[in-house]
Amino acid sequence: MKRIISVLIENAPGALSRVVGLFSQRGYNIETLTVAPTEDETLSRITLTTIGDDHKIEQITKHLNKLIDVVKLVDLTEGAHIERELMLIKVKASGAQRAEVKRCVDIFRGQIVDVTSSLYVIQITGTSDKLDAFLQAVGDASILEVVRSGVSGISRGEKVLSL
Amino acid sequence: MEMLSGGDMLLRALKDEGVKHVFGYPGGAALHIYDAIFRQKDVKHILVRHEQGATHAADGYARATGEVGTVLVTSGPGATNAITGIATAYMDSIPMVVISGQVVSERIGEDAFQETDMVGVSRPIVKHSFMVKSAADIPEIVKKAYYIASTGRPGPVVIDIPKDITAPGQTFPYEYPEKVKIRSYNPATRGHTGQIRKAVQLLLESKRPVIYAGGGVIQGNGSELLTNLAKGLNFPVTNTLMGLGCYPGTDRQFLGMLGMHGTFEANTAMHHSDVILAVGVRFDDRVTNTVSKFCPNAKIIHIDVDPASISKTVAADVPIVGSVESVLTEMLAMVKESKEQPDGEAIKAWWKQIDEWRQRHGLYTAPRYRTDGDAIMPQDVIRTLHEVTKGDAYVTSDVGQHQMFAAQYYLFDKPRRWINSGGLGTMGFGLPSAMGVQMAHREAMVACVTGEGSIQMCIQELATCTQYHLPVKIICLNNHALGMVKQWQDMQYEGRYSESLYEETLPDFVKLMESYGHVGMKVTRKDELKAKLEECFAMKDRVVFMDIQVDQSEHVYPMHVAPSGSMRDMWLSKTERT
Repeated sequence: MKRIISVLIENAPGALSRVVGLFSQRGYNIETLTVAPTEDETLSRITLTTIGDDHKIEQITKHLNKLIDVVKLVDLTEGAHIERELMLIKVKASGAQRAEVKRCVDIFRGQIVDVTSSLYVIQITGTSDKLDAFLQAVGDASILEVVRSGVSGISRGEKVLSL
Repeated sequence: MEMLSGGDMLLRALKDEGVKHVFGYPGGAALHIYDAIFRQKDVKHILVRHEQGATHAADGYARATGEVGTVLVTSGPGATNAITGIATAYMDSIPMVVISGQVVSERIGEDAFQETDMVGVSRPIVKHSFMVKSAADIPEIVKKAYYIASTGRPGPVVIDIPKDITAPGQTFPYEYPEKVKIRSYNPATRGHTGQIRKAVQLLLESKRPVIYAGGGVIQGNGSELLTNLAKGLNFPVTNTLMGLGCYPGTDRQFLGMLGMHGTFEANTAMHHSDVILAVGVRFDDRVTNTVSKFCPNAKIIHIDVDPASISKTVAADVPIVGSVESVLTEMLAMVKESKEQPDGEAIKAWWKQIDEWRQRHGLYTAPRYRTDGDAIMPQDVIRTLHEVTKGDAYVTSDVGQHQMFAAQYYLFDKPRRWINSGGLGTMGFGLPSAMGVQMAHREAMVACVTGEGSIQMCIQELATCTQYHLPVKIICLNNHALGMVKQWQDMQYEGRYSESLYEETLPDFVKLMESYGHVGMKVTRKDELKAKLEECFAMKDRVVFMDIQVDQSEHVYPMHVAPSGSMRDMWLSKTERT
């Protein structure tokens, strides 16, 4: 099962490498990883997705908690949460394709953020599944380049991940 | 406020932290620090002959005292040579601080001379690490390093210091912090009282209990508490390789070590138990054998300071996260206050069964090895060592058959007496760790049980013993082969001794010792063993190397049947299986 783990970590040199190293060292996989400083400049927030059963996820969270630089973490998938990923995609857009791609972007509520006579750059956000679906809809033939941000997430309701 | 340079600040911080000994080796990036060492008298530096030796010596020092061991090395090869020793300490949760020199800040990343990314290289084998960015941070970083290394589940901490940070030219205000707070580090202290109560209930209801205690009891200073608990309940106790000595080895309730080379009675009792009180252990694969077949009827109470150790391989029925000392104290009080008593009849029957196992195949009721031949049996060497030292020596060991024989036959009555590399299994550990022990306990008997293979991995430290008058006794079980490798090749590779025999390449250890200024003794006859060992320990102020020519074909038994065996499936001799 896919899990989204959010980690507040000291915004210190080498802190991220400890997290990433832990995963490779213990044979866990990271599916996606995003990291950026938070509003508190001493802290960074990492969101990572990984796949594993309950036992494995328990071990992952315990080992993450053991890292001295990890201040707090939460497995967002344990409760109701919002998941978003941003994708920028460059596609061929000439001839009949141009209108078809535009329609597709509208259906998925994306935006065209750059245009030339023969291509579009499209921006689209949503769950990872939605982004996958969009890629499928546009079709391999027209895709030139894809860049995805990895998953960011936040819990719904009162729950807050902060100090 | 006093103004000090980075190098002086480091030494002052070590002094203020209470560090008395630093094991190390100088080099370019550490020269400012070594100059600061020269200009002070409070912290004594011990010059080893290889950085691996420094880490093992500090490790032995830490294991024997409970204090944090301190290591100082230079950048690059100095740092990488320390890696094996850091990994050894990490696997056995030993408190250690390793200070490494680094190239000057502005050269970092340029592949400068003797540059290694020490923080990166050591990352998977440290509890934490620091790279010093400013000399002003040194006092706080040193304080944090010792705090992290010694609290919670202990472990090694690296402090990497670029050379410019310790330069004598610039000075900074020095103040050593009284305490530190690290917001993201709050090691467990007290266990959950409800869980402890549940555990006590289970223990009192049990009919076939076993206490399975490990290195965490020694590290957590819980030996006395554990002994009191076991005595009060009249429950049998088994120890892991790391836990030997946390319960008196010569006591009636002690079943011996458990696991791959554990005793028949310990492993069989574990298999048939209904409640296991696991304290400061980690259900290592060398203990459990096949996890799915591990102790099928047992409810497991697991006390550990590290939550990640609990239910890692074997699920705990009653997990208790907390320091061994505080949890056992609470547990002991609850047992005393409880109106219920253990089921006396059931416990009596359980002991009857255990005693029957002891009689049948136990290591301590009769010799389970050949005693009629001419060859010196390695088991007899350890038993004689125990006799000659009255069971009161600090015994370090290397890794292999001799280590297992020492673990099985030197019955440790006190904690911190058995010093070995259990988790990583580091050959070369024995001699330098013995030096560390001897440095901490100048008057104590320190024996390094080793083999002719292991001793050659850190043999250069003989010179360190000369320099600092460390009269360790080296008990070498010489079987002219890598014994444990050979044993496996006998058992699983039809006796194809691939690269495990030395042929005629062993040095003359007696002459080698003499060249270092030590005493070497060769023992070839069974009947002279005891007298020679007595002679060895009578030379209180000399390093003595006992080259004991032991039986070359002996195996360590019992030995778990693997793969896919359970705890009770063991080879008892070359031909006999449970």
